Amino acid sequence: MLHLILFLVFAAICIAGAVNLLIQRHPISSALSLVVVMASLAAEYLLLGAEFVAAVQVIVYAGAVMVLFVFVIMLLNAGEEDRIGGSHVALVVGIPGILAGGLLTAWILLKQTGDLTIGALLGDPKTIGSLLFHDFLLPFEVTSVLILIAIMGAVVLANRPETINPGKKEN
Amino acid sequence: MVPLSYYLILSGILFSCGVLGFLIKRNIITIFMSIELMLNGVNLSFVAFAAHWQHLSGQIFVFFVMVVAAAEAAVGLAIIIAVYRTRETLNVDQVNLLKL
Repeated sequence: MLHLILFLVFAAICIAGAVNLLIQRHPISSALSLVVVMASLAAEYLLLGAEFVAAVQVIVYAGAVMVLFVFVIMLLNAGEEDRIGGSHVALVVGIPGILAGGLLTAWILLKQTGDLTIGALLGDPKTIGSLLFHDFLLPFEVTSVLILIAIMGAVVLANRPETINPGKKEN
Repeated sequence: MVPLSYYLILSGILFSCGVLGFLIKRNIITIFMSIELMLNGVNLSFVAFAAHWQHLSGQIFVFFVMVVAAAEAAVGLAIIIAVYRTRETLNVDQVNLLKL
């Protein structure tokens, strides 16, 4: 029972943050509501027994990635976005369509209720680590190459064009 | 105990919010944040299915999705900085050099 209440509380915070991201016009407000979404998702992961994933969610997503976003927003001095007039067709067809599709999917899902047994499966760092370094060793190593390429790509892209070739200035 | 379907519905709502933001937002940084929201929705269903099938592979996949999302954020934000430097705008409607 307590588990259900906690799930509903954090789900409500999560959805409120996601809707606030859509409503807000200033990018900083959107970024901060995304942090709220990610933090409450970390709580949901803890409720599912995924300890390691919850910790990584807070450190990597709510920490590193969002700091990067806020840095870029402040670096570029992004102001409020101009709002264009929404299309009429999207309002008439799109929103009822999304609601109908979503409600149908939710109804189908709710018909088959498989309760989750929480606590039986614990994703603590030790288990995850041994799985990651035995069964998933090759994907892990490939991921490190991906990260290296991403770092180099980010440095090259964000560099000013004249600083890539320092020897050019002397000519 | 919470049914699996509740988690899947929450995941679907988050994903739909991400798609909606991707379509209606005009600021390129906010569009990027909508993509992150979609990835988070998918991650939640991965973890829920991992708990449902009693298999830890789902949580490992979440780990890899996070790594790819971090790489994508780093490269994407670098591209945004490059676009801002050349076009001096963050509005996606004004970045239309390839448009006929």
